[in-house]
Amino acid sequence: MEPIIHFAPYTGWVYPNETVFEWSVLIAVYPYLTGLVAGAFTVSSLYQVFGFERLKPVAHLALLTSLSFMIFVPTPLLLHLGHPERAFNSTITPHLTSAMAMFGFFASFYVALLILEGWFAYRPFIVSQAQTKTGLLGKFYGLLTLGSHDVSEPVMRFDRKWIFALAVIGIPAAHGLHGYVGFMYGSLKSREWWSSDLMPVIFLFSAIISGVALLVVLYVASCKLRKIPVDAACVKGLAYTIWAFIMIAIVLEALAFANLVYKGREGIDMIMEYVTGPLLIPYFLLQFAIGMIVPLLWLSYMIWRGTSGRALVVGVTLCACLVLFSVFMMRWNVVIGGQEISKTGKGLLAYHMPFFGKEGALMAILLTIAPLGLLYVLTRLFPPWADAAAHAHV
Amino acid sequence: MKKEDSKPTLEARRAFLAKLGGAASCAGVVVGAATLGVVPAIAAKTGAPPDAGSFPTKDYDWTKHQWGFGVDATKCIGCLRCVEACKNENEVPRNAHQFRTWVERYVHLEGEEAVRIDSQQDPVNIQASGSEKEFRFANRYKDAKVDKAFFVPKLCNHCAHPACVQVCPVGATYKTEDGVVLIDHDYCIGCRYCVQACPYGARYFNEEKGVSDKCTWCYHRITKGLQPACVEVCPVGARIFGDQKDKQSPISLFIRNNRVQVLRPESGNAPNVFYVGIDKEVN
Repeated sequence: MEPIIHFAPYTGWVYPNETVFEWSVLIAVYPYLTGLVAGAFTVSSLYQVFGFERLKPVAHLALLTSLSFMIFVPTPLLLHLGHPERAFNSTITPHLTSAMAMFGFFASFYVALLILEGWFAYRPFIVSQAQTKTGLLGKFYGLLTLGSHDVSEPVMRFDRKWIFALAVIGIPAAHGLHGYVGFMYGSLKSREWWSSDLMPVIFLFSAIISGVALLVVLYVASCKLRKIPVDAACVKGLAYTIWAFIMIAIVLEALAFANLVYKGREGIDMIMEYVTGPLLIPYFLLQFAIGMIVPLLWLSYMIWRGTSGRALVVGVTLCACLVLFSVFMMRWNVVIGGQEISKTGKGLLAYHMPFFGKEGALMAILLTIAPLGLLYVLTRLFPPWADAAAHAHV
Repeated sequence: MKKEDSKPTLEARRAFLAKLGGAASCAGVVVGAATLGVVPAIAAKTGAPPDAGSFPTKDYDWTKHQWGFGVDATKCIGCLRCVEACKNENEVPRNAHQFRTWVERYVHLEGEEAVRIDSQQDPVNIQASGSEKEFRFANRYKDAKVDKAFFVPKLCNHCAHPACVQVCPVGATYKTEDGVVLIDHDYCIGCRYCVQACPYGARYFNEEKGVSDKCTWCYHRITKGLQPACVEVCPVGARIFGDQKDKQSPISLFIRNNRVQVLRPESGNAPNVFYVGIDKEVN
């Protein structure tokens, strides 16, 4: 393989080895995907555990979304590794002092949990399909029943207990997984831009809003595609969720930034030069103003005015799109932004993303939308639509 | 990476796998053990096997040495022979962006508040050398009034508490008994977390090999009684290397006879490269 080294232009004084950007856009995609997983799972849990009835139309979709994205979470990492064939070294021989070493365990545990919860949730559907479908599809569902065809009420009660328990365990698992991703950056003392105690919670809350926003978009899009009316109460429930969590996300980000500036440790001059220069648009304008403040104000307005019907659906969907964009910008500004500020504290670098290639923009886009392809297949095999009522909803 | 460099982690790995197979076969147990404080005991198993007479090679016992490195910045003339020797000796990629060692130039010009800093990779310096494979400092300040100027050689600090070792998810980078931080190129997965964690910018990623790389103090040489290549070629003795366990070694004398300092002491990494003659801007 021909080595591809992307030298970065710089100003001021940077260490010679820093002129190669080691963490590319794929490393920004990775926390973006895990965030969507955690956020989507939050929606599922709000219904399964906390009994938010109005979220029923998206509860199963949330579960499938979470699973689809989770399966793709390792892909940006594997593409990035110098030796992807050695990826399992971190699971076989984890170096326990590393913040990265436990990822394989956490991720595997969470995927197993999602599959198990999904299986319980879809069991009545799987059984009915196994009994009615013939051919390959019938065999497929038959295999998935795992030999258990009993869907009597006592058994369903047992299943519901399992779903509840798994959803309860899933909350710390999903959020722990994502908080942990934040810790991987926040625990590094080599970069002032990353080294914040608030980083895990910032990642967590931005994850929640991104996942909920994704579900808004997916739900509204699915209704349009299926030509059924959008359940405005459900959309409003999701809007409330985004509205509540976006405020916390904004406050946390603002606090982290205020801390950084107020403490004014070594290198702060360069950070200020950076945020008021190259980062002004991606950080203050795109991530904060357009991606967070606008949705917050817009959602507040709609809640205050009691907007309903089409205006509500359109408004919330657009807000959700902005939030999805904002959270991606947040990942970008952390991962790429962190590397654009030199460790010397005396220089700035500029990352130029290639379009093609293993770690280019095209690959990043493909990896971000690939889970949607899987989700489409899953929704065909396991329809998550509440109106179909083909399977039991707890 | 030489063969002997990879041995300790293999030993540690076997020991760890043996443990894993027995007690810690499920993640819950591992996490439980971690919370009980077993982590340091497992994580620190990068030492020599207890019954080894000599290690890592037959003629070398790493328990009998404690290597250290000194830099006398007052002597450095910025000739960059060390950089070229290192590239030759250690198969460092022949470009102006990846180095195991480098030299920084600090120049205070009359009337200017901020110090001007550059290194051999600076485009102006590359232009002066005429190639990305040869290095020299351009005489860019010949017409300026220079108040103060000096060179600072840099390399991996082989820290006592290395952040790079801490973050490596597979233990491919490790601390040897004789005080050197090495990388097992046969085990590194190429995640580059260590590159990010090093506050000194001492690590780079070798794209061709798909692994991280950095200065080893020429471990393949020092374990045979030789000096690191950069020390060997330095014409002015600005680089000092030796065994801190030998009180009469060059490094012991250097540390004893000078007021030495380390880079970024606040990081808690406890570097083992000791500097004399650097200024407040150097980090």
